[in-house]
Amino acid sequence: MRIAVCIALLAAMVGAALATEIPPAARRSGYSFMGADTKAMQDEDTANPGMLSVLDGEALWTRKAGSADKACAECHNDARVSMKGVAARYPAFEKMLGKPIDLEGRINLCRTNHQQATPFAYESRELLALSAYVAQQSRGMPIAADDDPELAPFVEKGHALFMQRQGQLNLGCANCHDDNWDRKLAGSPITQGQPTGYPLYRLEWQSLGSLQRRLRACITGIRAQAYDYGSPELVELELYLMSRARGMPVETPAVRP
Amino acid sequence: MPSALINVPKKARRGDVIEIKTLMSHIMETGYRHTASGDVVARDIITSFTCRFNGQEVFRADLFPAIAANPFITFFTTATESGKFEFEWIGDKGFSETAQASITVE
Repeated sequence: MRIAVCIALLAAMVGAALATEIPPAARRSGYSFMGADTKAMQDEDTANPGMLSVLDGEALWTRKAGSADKACAECHNDARVSMKGVAARYPAFEKMLGKPIDLEGRINLCRTNHQQATPFAYESRELLALSAYVAQQSRGMPIAADDDPELAPFVEKGHALFMQRQGQLNLGCANCHDDNWDRKLAGSPITQGQPTGYPLYRLEWQSLGSLQRRLRACITGIRAQAYDYGSPELVELELYLMSRARGMPVETPAVRP
Repeated sequence: MPSALINVPKKARRGDVIEIKTLMSHIMETGYRHTASGDVVARDIITSFTCRFNGQEVFRADLFPAIAANPFITFFTTATESGKFEFEWIGDKGFSETAQASITVE
C-alpha cells in the first residue's frame, strides 16, 4: 500500500516536473546570469584565470609521460586541429567499458592504455589543465553529446537522477534548475544548470573545477550523500545535462561567481 | 608551473594613457586555514609586484593574504617612448617570476 502511494506520488511529481522542462528557446547559459564584471573576466583571455590552466594544459600536451614515454601530441598531433569539437561530444560511449565516459575519464584512459602512466587524480591540477586545454578547442561550437544511440539508456538514467528528490532537503536537480531558474536563492540567481563552460574557473573556488565537482557541491547542498568522483551516476548526470544543453555553444574556460 | 598572462598594447601614440593588465598564476594561501587535523596551512602568497619600463620602476604593489588566488593587477601609465615592460612577482617560499612585454610608441 505504502509503496503504491509512493509510486503514485513519484509519478505525479515526474509528470509535474516534465511539464516545466525548459523549452529550447528559453535556455540560457550561466553566463547570462552574471554581472558585467564577471562577464568581462570571461570574455578577455588575458583576464580569464581559466586561461592559466589552458596554458598549463598546452605544456602538458607535449610532455612525455608514463613507461611508454609518449606525449599526447605524438598520437593526436596539434590539439588545435585534432581536438576541435571533441569536448562538445563528451560524455561519449566507450565500447570497451560498455558505458559512457566523460572527458576526464577519456584522458585518464588514454594515460593508462597508451602512455602506460598512472591516471591523474580527479580535480588534480594536471587533469583540469588538460581537460581545459582540450575543451577550449571546442569553444564556440555547439554541444552535441548524445548522438550515439547506445547512449540513450544512460541519458535516460541521468534524466531520472536529475528528477529524483534526495537528501535531507528532499530536492531534485529539477526543482531548482527546471522549475525555479528565474528566481534567486539567498540573493544569487539559481540559473538553469547548463554545463556549457566546464571545466570552469569559479571565483568561490578560486580555482578551476570540473562539472563533477559542481554536481557534488550541489548534491552536498541539498544534504544528500554525494556520489564519488568518476562514479557512473555523475557521468550519467553529466551526459543528461549535455543532452539537455544540446546546441548551446561551449564556453570553456568559463568564469562563474 | 607558474604562468603569467600579460596584456600590453603593442602600439601607442606618444602621450597616450595605456592600460596594462597582468594575471599571475598563484594559489595565494592565506595562512589562516587549518587542515582537518588542526594543523595550520602555511601562508603562501605573492608579497610584491613590480613593473619597470626600460629599467625604471613605474608601478609597485604589496600583496596581502586577503587577495584572491591568481592575482589580476591592472594599472595605467603614459606611453613616452618605445621599450620594454618588465614584470616581477615575489612571494613566500622563494616564489619569483618575471615576464616581459614590448611596446612601440609612435
